[in-house]
Amino acid sequence: MGQIEWAMWANEQALASGLILIAGGIVATAGRFAQWYFGAYSIVAGALVCLLEYPRGRRSKGSTMERCGQKYLAAVVKLFGPLTRNYYVRAVLHLLLSVPAGFLLATILGTVCLVIASGIYLLAAVRGEQWMAIESKPKERPQAEDIKQPPSNPPPRPPVEARKKPSEDEAAGGPQVNPIPVTDEVV
Amino acid sequence: MRNWLANHWFSALWLLVWMALNAFLFAQTFLTYEKSDNYYYTREILGFCNRTLRKPLDHNLTFHKLVAYMICIFTAIHIIAHLFNFERYSRSQQATDGSLTSVLSSLSRHEKHKDSWLNPILSPNTTVLYVTFTSIAGLTGVIGTLALILMVTSAMEFIRRNYFELFWVTHQLFVVYMVCLAIHGIGGIVRGQTKDSMDESHPHNCAQYYEKWGDDDSDCKYPQFEGKAPESWKWILAPVILYAFEKALRFLRSQQSIVINKVIMHPSRVLELQMTKPGFRMEVGQYIFVKCPSISHLEWHPFTLTSAPEEDFFSIHVRVAGDWTENLVRAFEQQHSLVPRIAVDGPFGTVSEDVFQYEVAMLVGTGIGVTPFASILKSIWYKFQHEDHNLKTQTIYFYWICRETGAFAWFNDLLISLEREMEELGKVGFLNYRLFLTGWDGNVAGHAALNFDKATDILTGLKEKTYFGRPKWENEFSTIATAHPKSVVGVFLCGPRTLAKNLRECCHRYSSLDPRKVQFYFNQENF
Repeated sequence: MGQIEWAMWANEQALASGLILIAGGIVATAGRFAQWYFGAYSIVAGALVCLLEYPRGRRSKGSTMERCGQKYLAAVVKLFGPLTRNYYVRAVLHLLLSVPAGFLLATILGTVCLVIASGIYLLAAVRGEQWMAIESKPKERPQAEDIKQPPSNPPPRPPVEARKKPSEDEAAGGPQVNPIPVTDEVV
Repeated sequence: MRNWLANHWFSALWLLVWMALNAFLFAQTFLTYEKSDNYYYTREILGFCNRTLRKPLDHNLTFHKLVAYMICIFTAIHIIAHLFNFERYSRSQQATDGSLTSVLSSLSRHEKHKDSWLNPILSPNTTVLYVTFTSIAGLTGVIGTLALILMVTSAMEFIRRNYFELFWVTHQLFVVYMVCLAIHGIGGIVRGQTKDSMDESHPHNCAQYYEKWGDDDSDCKYPQFEGKAPESWKWILAPVILYAFEKALRFLRSQQSIVINKVIMHPSRVLELQMTKPGFRMEVGQYIFVKCPSISHLEWHPFTLTSAPEEDFFSIHVRVAGDWTENLVRAFEQQHSLVPRIAVDGPFGTVSEDVFQYEVAMLVGTGIGVTPFASILKSIWYKFQHEDHNLKTQTIYFYWICRETGAFAWFNDLLISLEREMEELGKVGFLNYRLFLTGWDGNVAGHAALNFDKATDILTGLKEKTYFGRPKWENEFSTIATAHPKSVVGVFLCGPRTLAKNLRECCHRYSSLDPRKVQFYFNQENF
């Protein structure tokens, strides 16, 4: 399958599962379904999953597109260190979070999706992938055409020989002998 | 806005009609369930019922995505509505107050009326989860929705652009989705009163007398219900047949023999294959799908045709950009006596075919996007050779923007020979081209500056000097607008979206408000 990074897909799947959990939870709670408290749990669990999964990790090869406004959440996720970096932890976490939502029909879809995401994260962890924060590059401002400095040694200029650096002996200089010493003013 | 409408009125109209049709169908079915009499008792328990309508038509990528978004939205609505339905069915099954809803729900427990039940939750002990996973509708619903969700998450742009194979393989789950969709309604869980039962005891007359339904001397008998026949297969039948037909066509085409006339290795590992196939006809700028069974039996890769329709062969230029292309180039590099077999599907059309409809054409190709223009320029050359007086195009402005010309040395050679031809034919003003190198540094620029007085460019060998950096589009457009004040100019781009946006804006800005004066029309090719 080429150079697939499973964690990237697991991330999309988990984010979608979080949203589905929230949606199912809202339906169950608002409609006051039987055992609606599972729905309330589902909203909270879904929100937690979304917050954790929103900041996209860095790809190991190539550049990574950030999600809009993710750097604040990414800073928080980075704080947890190995707990969020390691994908085994994420796989287990998602598995555990999904279980209570499985008792209610309204949220069971979210459960199954999150279990699938957990499975893909497990696969990613087995292959040694890790969550890494995206380094922000300093923005290179495209240079507008600079107004060049005007020449600092406008004509009339002394001839080329005189403009040469005075590293050689004056006696060995060119055919012309200058009565007045000429200095190099070219910048 | 006006210019956009002028360019896109047909697709806008088509989209409007499609959305109006969707809205109409939704409203019509919704009203049937809301108002129609045979669903009177169904409404008693449920309040109202919802139904999704989807029409998977596959015309182009944007439409496909639009349909996908609609499917997702309607699936969400459908699921949420049925969640409420099941909850209400469950509640009325639990109710013991002898109300109409509980009488209706208990129909399944009467010996005589076991088959004419209304409430799919058959007894007070049955849970909603149980019914979901033991009924065809529930199971196909869950499996189908899962397939849909997996397809959507792997089709997000980030995954698609970077891990295309994952997207492609996961997207084949559509088969699961379609099958689930087709058999979703077989169980007939959505029920309405039968016609005979309505003739006998119409709900308008008998709904209030539900306590007397069991009495032998009452006019009103127990209502009989039947399931609604599944309808989703009617919607998907036509597209599924079309898709199957297209797949069969591809298989048949892959069985046809391709003769490889010439194999040319260009610099920077670009492979040119010149082939012939019986009955193959092409237009400028079209593309084909190529399969090489010795590399992979399942992979078909698209390549733009770089030959002109006037030639007696068709050709593609393949640059190494991944596993498959690497293997292909290597297979031909080794020059075995047994040349690998190639299968071809196509050609498929893109908007470049319209180039010759314009008096003045502006062609912009970036990087690899220059390939369709190879076909166009060659075709122009042939038309000149044959003195085609029907050629509407009078002037062509060609902009080639790339980082470095290495991988496109073959295109370079094409331009050099075209340049010579135009001079010989005395048509020097016809083809105006500019090459922009965006990957330059001080050395390159310095070298160019030192050789500025040479007749040909040192980098490319063309008479036209290479520019460094990106074109200033405002200048280009205003120059062309001034040079052709009364013409219709077609702008063709094969390149990135940001450039497309830029060019589109320029087209709108430099098109004159007077329709008799210069008009720029923007056409973009997608890869």
